[in-house]
Amino acid sequence: MSTTLSSPQTQPSALPPEGSASKESSAHARRRRFRPYLVLAPALILTIGIFIPFIAAICLSFTDYSLNSSDVSFIGFDNYLSMLQSSDFWHSLGITIEYAFLCTTVEMLLGVGVALLLNDENIVARFLRIVLIFPLMIAPVIGTLIWKLITNPSVGILVGPMRMIGLGDFKWAASPDSAMFSLVVVDAWVYTPFVIILVLAGLRSLPKSPYEAALIDGGSPWFVFKNLTLPMLAPVLLITLVFRLMLSLQEFSIIFALTEGGPGDATMSLSLQAYNRAFPFYGLAEAIPMMLFLWALVYLVSFILIGFWRRAQQRAAGVA
Amino acid sequence: MTQSRSPLAKIGKGLQILLLLAYAVFALFPLLWMFIMSIKPDSQMLTTTFIFTPTLENYATVLHSDYMQFFFNNLIVSVAAVLVSLVVGVPAAYALARFQFKGKEDIAFTILSFRFAPEILVILPLYLIYQRLGLYDTYFGLIWVYQLITLPLLIWILRGFFEDISPDIEAAAQLDGYTWWQVFLRVLLPLVKPGLVAAGLLCFIFAWNSFTFPLLLSNNVQTSTVIALRYLASDTVHYGQVAAAAAISALPEVILALLIQKHLVRGLSFGAVKG
Repeated sequence: MSTTLSSPQTQPSALPPEGSASKESSAHARRRRFRPYLVLAPALILTIGIFIPFIAAICLSFTDYSLNSSDVSFIGFDNYLSMLQSSDFWHSLGITIEYAFLCTTVEMLLGVGVALLLNDENIVARFLRIVLIFPLMIAPVIGTLIWKLITNPSVGILVGPMRMIGLGDFKWAASPDSAMFSLVVVDAWVYTPFVIILVLAGLRSLPKSPYEAALIDGGSPWFVFKNLTLPMLAPVLLITLVFRLMLSLQEFSIIFALTEGGPGDATMSLSLQAYNRAFPFYGLAEAIPMMLFLWALVYLVSFILIGFWRRAQQRAAGVA
Repeated sequence: MTQSRSPLAKIGKGLQILLLLAYAVFALFPLLWMFIMSIKPDSQMLTTTFIFTPTLENYATVLHSDYMQFFFNNLIVSVAAVLVSLVVGVPAAYALARFQFKGKEDIAFTILSFRFAPEILVILPLYLIYQRLGLYDTYFGLIWVYQLITLPLLIWILRGFFEDISPDIEAAAQLDGYTWWQVFLRVLLPLVKPGLVAAGLLCFIFAWNSFTFPLLLSNNVQTSTVIALRYLASDTVHYGQVAAAAAISALPEVILALLIQKHLVRGLSFGAVKG
């Protein structure tokens, strides 16, 4: 199967029963024209209902609204300006990008590697293809909770083995030096199966004939991978990358559950920073510009990558 | 590909299986460890690793605690969220798959984009709106906000399933004298049923897993996902009970995940990759 996000419409929109068309009243025709919108209406109403908070957010961001005081006044762009001047914001932006970059890189490399190994028939592969989705399906917070138990200094199973390899005092999420590492481990545990599943589906849908040709020509495995598999797989790889980047840039629950942004502010990503400003410190309106900034960043990144994805799809169609 | 049986190929094969096993340990051991802890008595928690007298005491304690109330809260909110999404999303998915109309792709992408807006950005204004409207800490409030998770997913997956059905089938049914609604209900829905079930279950899983929304938009009407984390934060930690709570929360999903495996690729990629 090919990969299509917005597949081209080949079918005719309406289904005109030939003879009756001329007899049909204009009311009938009008009903047909409005039918798509009518059928969509419930979803559109719900969507508009979702729009309201976004507009409210933008309005709020121009005020000094806070959760512990009742008077609100319009302060223009002050929240935006103070955000750009605050070192906390730039620190958190750095953490956010670092987190997303590390997680996505690890998950893509590990995921593609495991998917290539799984694209084969042996007992381990067959078993793993079934059970591999478990970490992805359980709640990320529950997964984080399990890792907290594993790395727990008093009951954790990893304490003994770590001592054996001379890392007995490795503090995982409790130390600023290893907190990011611990987060990446948990994130990779949860989301690598996502990459594996999509890449494996991509691998299995590749056409056979180019490989047969390459076999006759006697290309090395690396040559085949680089010149055949990779270009044909590119659309799937890119769409997987888009999904992982979009979600890891805004990851909240894993970080909240494991480190709460700490120790200190060592893992204080933008989502955590905004949460902290808004709730424990009551500055709801101050937090909004940060989240709007993050949203814009997510959009920019995905917009660029989806452009690449469209091009890769066309190229892959050329190869196959 | 069954070419050479050279020693080098054999080593390669062995290495491949070894690497896969290593990943399997990484992916599965944490779950196994959770299970082991959940059947370990508190008295042996600190002193033993794998050899201990197994007990169901932890499960009994959790099942008799108020955790089950939160478990059912989660069930109510997630099931209701999926039902609302089905009622609203199925016709929408059909319209986006079949009709040609102005602004179609824009509408489809707007719906999708809500799924990828930062959750905190949605929560900040909603927190105020919910307090004003009395939706804070209610089932309805959570069901409403869960539409952000379930609706885009459902619409985008089902759209692909509807596109797979040939329009000729509809035309034939209409020529037989069925009205549009009859065709939709009697012909199309049965045809997309596998997709419907898969999409619904996947939506349920994601709604069930939701953490940020219930954490910040609800308090007493809380879900088990949030409460499980609080278990660990409490000062008298019974690790076995934490593990049992986690296992109880994870089990339904593991079962559901196995049921929808065939459609998982399409679901996870919002229909972008057809498995």
